[in-house]
Amino acid sequence: MTSYRLEPNSDAKAVPKRLALIRREAPSRLLEDRQELATTAPHLLLREVILIQVVVAALALCSLLVDAPLEGIADPHHTPNPAKAPWYFVGLQELLHYFPPVVAGVLLPGLAIIAIVVIPYFRTNVEVLGVYERPWRRTVAVMSLLVLGVAGLLVAYRVWPVLVPTAIVYLLFVLPALPGCPAGVRHRLGKVPLADWIMVWFVTVALVLTLIGVLFRGPGWSWTWPWRAGIY
Amino acid sequence: MALAKSFTATRVWRSIVRHGLVPTNRNRVLLVMENVFLHLHTAKVRRRNLDLTSTFYLGGIALILFFVLVATGLLLMLYYHPSVPQAYHDMKELEFVVSNGVFLRNLHRWAAHAMVIVVFLHMLRVFFHRAFRPPREFNWVVGVALLIFTLLLSYTGYLLPWDQLAFWGVSVGTNMVRAMPGLGSKARYLLLGGNIVGENALLRFYVLHCVLLPLALVVGVAVHLWRVRKDGGVVGSAGRRRARAEKESGE
Repeated sequence: MTSYRLEPNSDAKAVPKRLALIRREAPSRLLEDRQELATTAPHLLLREVILIQVVVAALALCSLLVDAPLEGIADPHHTPNPAKAPWYFVGLQELLHYFPPVVAGVLLPGLAIIAIVVIPYFRTNVEVLGVYERPWRRTVAVMSLLVLGVAGLLVAYRVWPVLVPTAIVYLLFVLPALPGCPAGVRHRLGKVPLADWIMVWFVTVALVLTLIGVLFRGPGWSWTWPWRAGIY
Repeated sequence: MALAKSFTATRVWRSIVRHGLVPTNRNRVLLVMENVFLHLHTAKVRRRNLDLTSTFYLGGIALILFFVLVATGLLLMLYYHPSVPQAYHDMKELEFVVSNGVFLRNLHRWAAHAMVIVVFLHMLRVFFHRAFRPPREFNWVVGVALLIFTLLLSYTGYLLPWDQLAFWGVSVGTNMVRAMPGLGSKARYLLLGGNIVGENALLRFYVLHCVLLPLALVVGVAVHLWRVRKDGGVVGSAGRRRARAEKESGE
């Protein structure tokens, strides 16, 4: 066994070296790189101060350039057409166009919140290996069946704004399984874990619904082109 | 520097800040540990987590936006009466009477929108870096609650200007509450203090927006940050690599 000599050191800035003695019979592996440490003062504090200034300056610039909207005084007898919710709820309002209120306003957002809350308690979400880096046939088959079921519902209710992004994300998902897929694409997409596919799908659908609701919906929730009719 | 040194050596200074200016690691650590505002930080952080691409500072930006919202919100409260129709007239006063009133309202409005976006992006960042892995599972749940509080804060604030946009935006949303099976109509009545969006609703939304929800958010943020610290600090982009390394070294 090599012997180590302890050297006294009075340098206050030096990070102490740590030694671990591992007996030969005990299996060992490095789980976590402890990483180099920096003192919070000044390294982190300086960044925080700069960040505060950048954020406040950006906000001030926006506030100088764009005024917050203010329409006429609230009038319960005069309903604007369309009456839109704030942008972060417009996606739900868009769903309300296809589903009964219990589904669009209660069931779907409720399910979405529950699904997000339970994320850390499911093994699939902790998984970081790509779908195609492991035995994948079963996974892809199960997911295809699920997507088929959901797509059937979406077609039945004519929910194109959800169906189209679902189809696109699903196509990307199965692309590496198809025979004609280029090796580069197969390698890149194959590394994406299942949980990431599901999250990308959720974000894409939410984004598409919100953009449609904000930009493409006019009087009577009819489809309008923003460059022709403007934004309602 | 000599002047600063002699100044920080005085008894008065030392009674406030107990360490000197000498840049030793000991003083750097004491600066953080002896300060009630800074002690939420650990004395040392992982150097890699200081990089922009590690966390994109999204949690920090969300917190800064919240501070901006509290500061501008307090100033706005000085000019606002939560009653019909005075609430709307107060908006006009901000525009035409109060110095920089429009700028103040703009700051509050844009910071609020930005906070919704940034909190959501923060959630995505944490998800893709797998920063919710044990022992941090419950802190993810706390974070989801904070996202919901953020949405509710933004939504209750949306009614306060009492213009057409506010009135109908909130009408559309609270009609969805009615769709809730069983409790729907009762929940909506509780929220609005009546069957329509009227002056009771305005007062309730005002109390929720200025007192109840900010308090809930502050408590939630305190728990959130406390747990981040107790669980060993922020997990940045290294979280995903570490999860992969663990997987490859075999379970």
